[in-house]
Amino acid sequence: MLKSTAAALVLATILPASAFAECVEVTQGNITVSAAWSRATIGTERPAVFYVTIRNDGGSDERLVGIETPVADMPMLHESVMENGAARMSHVDQIVIAPIDAVSLEPGGYHGMLMDLQTELVEGTTFPVTLLFEKSGPVTIDTAVLPLRAREAACEEAL
Amino acid sequence: MRRGALIRGGAGMVAAVGFMLAVGAWRSGDLPWQQQVTETVGTRGADLESMSWQLTSHEGERVSPQSWIGQTSLVFFGFTWCPDVCPMTLLNISDWLEELGPDADGLAVHLVSVDPERDTPEVLADYLSNFDPRISGLTGSPDEVARAADDFNATYRRVPRDDGDYTVDHTAGVMVFDPDGRLSSIIDLHDDPKFAVPKIRRAMEREV
Ligand SMILES: [Cu+2]
Repeated sequence: MLKSTAAALVLATILPASAFAECVEVTQGNITVSAAWSRATIGTERPAVFYVTIRNDGGSDERLVGIETPVADMPMLHESVMENGAARMSHVDQIVIAPIDAVSLEPGGYHGMLMDLQTELVEGTTFPVTLLFEKSGPVTIDTAVLPLRAREAACEEAL
Repeated sequence: MRRGALIRGGAGMVAAVGFMLAVGAWRSGDLPWQQQVTETVGTRGADLESMSWQLTSHEGERVSPQSWIGQTSLVFFGFTWCPDVCPMTLLNISDWLEELGPDADGLAVHLVSVDPERDTPEVLADYLSNFDPRISGLTGSPDEVARAADDFNATYRRVPRDDGDYTVDHTAGVMVFDPDGRLSSIIDLHDDPKFAVPKIRRAMEREV
């Protein structure tokens, strides 16, 4: 009785915070990739984006050197940068994840740029993206397609 | 001409640098009152009354700067092929509108496309239907857009990609004009969100 009340209480405390499901996580070696998401596209003419969180539990730097996905022929690592009030995107060769650190590809900063889109990205579906790491090799994660107006992953990060 | 409204000529450059310096000072809080900002900025890019652009809205209506006098206006430059920064700006603005609640009724929000080739009124309408319905889109001929960017002191530049496609670098801040048509402030992409709504309210308060 007491136990179930306590459990209900715990549940009630936890529930509001976890209205979303826990993020899909893929671990390979020291690298854990999670919260992969993208925005729905209108048709296939516009480039799509790819956002993700990468955690490095190892003792040395890891580098993300590229991405691959069947939905786009020209996927690239990009960074949005501001210069004198103007926004531009530049191609980045690599994204360094320091030891015991995490890096997020997120709106307004690093992002995967999915150009030459082969298929419209439809809200509610997922598609695979393979992240190419210098040391840990390729890591593939299912990427959730969220509405065009999404600003973050629709899941709880366990980080 | 089609390459866009890169600042033309020395006078434009001086005005643009002065403008940036003024905005920088504004942001760092060096300027205690707004009067000083408007003085530094001069009239170009700071006053709707002095602008002469004409654009077409996503609903197909012709719009001129003078039609915005009498209400607070938010203006920003972008394009619908922009996958990262532009949706972010649109979402930020949606948040501000929500926070303003009913007060946002007296507010007009305009996205000026820097990609008139692809962003026709129909394309803008289709794209903007995914965001807050109070955000309107403006586009025009390449010359009309260049004129508007020049008037607003905004810059944009078409950047070709290897595969024949292109992207457009562009001024990213949201300009806030008060009901008298004067530039009140600029909200930058990476500004602390808690300062955005007060900036808008300050412009609205000039509505007496
Ligand atoms: Cu990009």
